[in-house]
Amino acid sequence: MIASLLAVDFTAPTVDYHALAPEIVLAAGLCIVLLVDLFVDERQRWITSTLAGFTLLGALIPVVTLAVIGDDTRYPLSGESLTGRYVVDEYALILKALFLLAGYVVVLMSADEIERGRYYQGEYYVLLLTSILGMVMMASSRDLISIFVALEFLSIPAYMLAAWNKRNSKGNEAGMKYYLLGVFASAIMLYGMSLLYGVTGTTLLSEIGPAITASGEFSGVHALAVAFIVVGFAFKVSAVPFHQWAPDVYEGAPTPITAFLSVASKAAGFVALTTLVFVAFPRADDVYQPFIFVLAAASMTIGNLLALRQTNIVRMFAYSSISQGGFILMPLTVAGVDGAGESALKAVVVYLVVYAATNLGAFAVIIAVARKTRSGEISSYGGLFSYAPALGVLMTIFLASLAGIPPLGGWFAKFGAFKAVLDAGTGWGYAIAIIAAINTVIAAAYYITVMREIWMKPVPDGDATPIRTPSSIQAALVITCGATIVLGVLPDLVGRFGDLADLTGALGR
Amino acid sequence: MLINNFLLLGAVLFCIGVYGVIARKNAVMVLMSIELILNSVNINLLAFSMLHGNADGNTFALYIIAVAAAEVGVGLAMVLLIYRNRKSIALDELSEMKG
Repeated sequence: MIASLLAVDFTAPTVDYHALAPEIVLAAGLCIVLLVDLFVDERQRWITSTLAGFTLLGALIPVVTLAVIGDDTRYPLSGESLTGRYVVDEYALILKALFLLAGYVVVLMSADEIERGRYYQGEYYVLLLTSILGMVMMASSRDLISIFVALEFLSIPAYMLAAWNKRNSKGNEAGMKYYLLGVFASAIMLYGMSLLYGVTGTTLLSEIGPAITASGEFSGVHALAVAFIVVGFAFKVSAVPFHQWAPDVYEGAPTPITAFLSVASKAAGFVALTTLVFVAFPRADDVYQPFIFVLAAASMTIGNLLALRQTNIVRMFAYSSISQGGFILMPLTVAGVDGAGESALKAVVVYLVVYAATNLGAFAVIIAVARKTRSGEISSYGGLFSYAPALGVLMTIFLASLAGIPPLGGWFAKFGAFKAVLDAGTGWGYAIAIIAAINTVIAAAYYITVMREIWMKPVPDGDATPIRTPSSIQAALVITCGATIVLGVLPDLVGRFGDLADLTGALGR
Repeated sequence: MLINNFLLLGAVLFCIGVYGVIARKNAVMVLMSIELILNSVNINLLAFSMLHGNADGNTFALYIIAVAAAEVGVGLAMVLLIYRNRKSIALDELSEMKG
């Protein structure tokens, strides 16, 4: 076996540096941040945050040029047995842009918060950039091995970031819970991947799809493989019943990291799941459909019901993001129905982008308000509008977008998700649409509770001094609020990137 | 057939690992159980690689070994952190946050 492997002549792969440029810029940038952190003294550590921000914007440049140049699919690494394992197409580009921009907003949100904590600034940004590099890789991965490597690349730094408050016992608890459940989930997912490799004989997603279809009947091993992989990712995207870690981790982690985990890390899980569902399991919908249906319905319902009784705003947002996750999963239940795949993929991509903008914005407001109130309770938002009108209005916009009120981004995202499942015209589709419609109403209840505090309640302790918002958080608010409104008015900006034919066609489905 | 024995070994290791993660209260024991699951995956991959006669499975197993080392490094650091703060690594005591 080994001898036969060595006998093969090695030919170096050809590298398309333009297509690989975002990853290269990020990798170079994080090395620079690490080195700079060694040589500047304590008072000038803010420079690391600036460098991290520039790295992310720098990595965005090749993403934009690639998107402008054309719509043909590129293979950054090509050569025998390498072509197709790592792909840059429009689906990958829009998600890379999403991860880089979300990362940039998180850097803006962290700058002040982490500087006040006064420790390990350099390492913080290095870990953040590493995690974003993993996400950028995830968007391009079209192979079981590269999906696994990208997943660990983005998760391992995230475990450390979750435990960032080293001396705080809540921080320790958050890190340990996130670590153990994350590692356990990826181990389960790996077992599923090993079985999938066993029944298909390849790790390339575009070959797994036809191999599953060619075998005709599903064996138990096929079903087990698909089920284990879906369960593994259900942990990552904190879908009910695999969600228990999320609220505790979100509460214990520093707030910018909570925003990062609830948006970027979750989106990366969805990206991998979507790629697998569309490329690797195109005809396996008998197996994954019931699973995803149950996950989506349970996430929406249980996430919402638990969010209703929270008094801490971060925990409320944890459960709210679990229920939003249910809405993102919803279109995937009909992914295998003929003719519905196209709008399902589009719905998932648009929802991810809109949800990222809105949720990051809401967390930016939470960070700004917590600077004054030093409290995470929802009641501390009482009378916010009277002393910080801008923050009050912005929070209202973000909450309204999450609740799905037109003309904001969240409305269009929900519209797309409903349209996808109704277009499919199957019993599963109608059932999930009804459950989602009921949940939209329940969700509005707790978003409106917060709005009522902001607009109608008196200031709890009578302290109505205005909030001084640092300029970096102002910038984060402008970006997220702009994106939330623009995507509601001009949704086609991102909608056109979720092209199913591009994703699967180029891979010879 | 030889491959069945390997797959059976993999499945047994997987089950022991899952049981360990669920039942053990000691953080280090849970880490070891996770290692058992990862190694069951490696055994599966190598057996399948032999069955199919291609190198994908071998490559995958190499990546898993490398990544598992990184994971355990982070995990042990976190266990050490908790031990310093609490003088205990029992996981059931880590339950400050509820709801």
